[in-house]
Amino acid sequence: MQTQRQSETLRRLRGVRVAITGGTSGLGLALVEELTHREAKVALIARTPARVDSVAAERSAHGIVGDVASKHDIHRIALQVTGQLGGLDVLINNASDLGPTPLALLGDTQCEDFERALATNVLGPFRLTKALLGSLAASAREGRGALVLNISSDAAVNAYPQWGAYGASKAALAHMTRVWNEELAAQGVRFIALDPGDMDTPMHAAALPGADKSTLKQPAQSAYELAEAICDLLPARAVLRYAS
Amino acid sequence: MIPADRPTQRPTTARLLYVDAHGAIRHVPRSRLVEFLRPGDLVIANDAATLPASLHGVHERTGCSIEVRLAGKPSLAHRDAQRFVAVVFGPGDYRTRTEDRPLPPVFEIGDVIELGSLSARVERILDHPRLLALRFEAEVDELWRGLATHGRPIQYAHVSEPLSLWDVWTSIASAPVAYEPPSAGFALDWQMLADFEARGIEFATLTHAAGISSTGDPELDRLLPLDEPYRIPVATEDAIAAALCEGRRIVAIGTTVVRALEHSAATFGSVAAGESVANIRIGAETRLRVVDVILSGTHEPGTSHHEMLHAFADKAALRRADEALESAGYRSHEFGDSVLIERDSRRYSRPAGPRIEREDFPENQGLVGRRAPRILRRFAPASAHVVQESHRLSPARGLLCLRD
Repeated sequence: MQTQRQSETLRRLRGVRVAITGGTSGLGLALVEELTHREAKVALIARTPARVDSVAAERSAHGIVGDVASKHDIHRIALQVTGQLGGLDVLINNASDLGPTPLALLGDTQCEDFERALATNVLGPFRLTKALLGSLAASAREGRGALVLNISSDAAVNAYPQWGAYGASKAALAHMTRVWNEELAAQGVRFIALDPGDMDTPMHAAALPGADKSTLKQPAQSAYELAEAICDLLPARAVLRYAS
Repeated sequence: MIPADRPTQRPTTARLLYVDAHGAIRHVPRSRLVEFLRPGDLVIANDAATLPASLHGVHERTGCSIEVRLAGKPSLAHRDAQRFVAVVFGPGDYRTRTEDRPLPPVFEIGDVIELGSLSARVERILDHPRLLALRFEAEVDELWRGLATHGRPIQYAHVSEPLSLWDVWTSIASAPVAYEPPSAGFALDWQMLADFEARGIEFATLTHAAGISSTGDPELDRLLPLDEPYRIPVATEDAIAAALCEGRRIVAIGTTVVRALEHSAATFGSVAAGESVANIRIGAETRLRVVDVILSGTHEPGTSHHEMLHAFADKAALRRADEALESAGYRSHEFGDSVLIERDSRRYSRPAGPRIEREDFPENQGLVGRRAPRILRRFAPASAHVVQESHRLSPARGLLCLRD
């Protein structure tokens, strides 16, 4: 929401190297826009080559084609992230899978749909984080700060009927985030899971086609809030040094 | 030795041959490495990730199938992003031993090589007909996409299953600039880094573009190691300066770390943050200025990696070590066992160069035990070609510490 932006106080992220999965639609796209606006160096990762190329070109970002749910894509993605950005300071695991669409009771959920949700929402972030951990730790050692932001959901906390596969996978992601954070604290790599709220995105439309859109947050608003959180969590030097 | 033929970075059975500063040899499980380091030691590893540097393709002018192995580049700078030094093989793949591979066609300047979606042009023919300077024609992002899609890790016949990137990336792999893995770092995992921390062992990294280890051609092999760009972070320069001043040991994980640190110290007077290109050979004649201990793979005598070990231990000690590796059936190559070698206490007990007496420094008078580091009054300015990141210039130090 434009009213929330106060450009005179907008904190820049100039030169901060950020990778965003699922960066061609919904919250991911809004994050690409918000962070490039703040002058971060952004690499976006998504599955559809044409979408990746057009978003990358529009936003002067680096586009990487890959599927975080595929084990064989992970190191290819990590190679391009670190090669194109010259390192990595912030990883945003945003790409998510709803499980069954339309949403279904657990008793009606196909195992394959649940597996796909776990592969995208839990195993993918685990593998990609692991492949990029060396870069993040290097960034932390150099005093640039290192942050992994995992996009969570209120469905990770509350037991909503029909959100079983998604909610369980997001709960696993949130818990994994806490364990990562404990284990990597000494290395200076921080992990946080944040719930961006119910947004007007293609994923929300797929989950609840009949929802009243006027009650939903704009993804740009969530992206603004997440960018502010990133500024808060990176060492002051990395943010303030580039403050305009 | 027995070639390690499975791509397992940390088999539970991995062994460590430990040669101490007096030349005494012990056989221990490599999982106990941390016990042979001391509180206060500064461990330095090469955090380079490994490129998928083997590219199969076609030499356009002749239509010959070839394999291009990227093996180096002029610098890590962005302007050189598309330029590589490469070794070219004829048809076939890693399953054939490199020494048995057919020769590639004869190259001319300007030749085009098609490599999957990428195409590269021969800029120069270097010191050997199979050693080329190449420039990729793709934009940088397109080049990374092409390498990720089409490239495979460089591989040799002793490992039969095709390697994936995860096989060759160390746990700490960061910037993708190495052509073959800095494999001494396979011994490290995150638990070991936590154990270092718990034991008061400091850890730092540099990034060194490790080149290829072998070409199968004796003439080409004599040119190895090629010049290798490296980058030393400011934090690592600071950690090394502090350790040297305080008389703590520097432990290098791998030959590439030794090459980078000793090149930096020899060139700039002390280990300096920034980018440079290591073009030195380290061997029996080298007097180490920085590194006290090396963890390395088990190298065959005659290779450049083995030659480097002579800077640490004398011929007799290394011969005994080689015999021990052989008779105890240690495993060789990148996924093999390791050696930990402390530098020879006799050779490095004599101060080198102009000597400054401890009496010159009031704070050193009356001290017993380990000699304090030699402190030079002259500050050696960094040479002009040290690339400093402008916003992270390290503070100039009035005193420069070097080990004696």
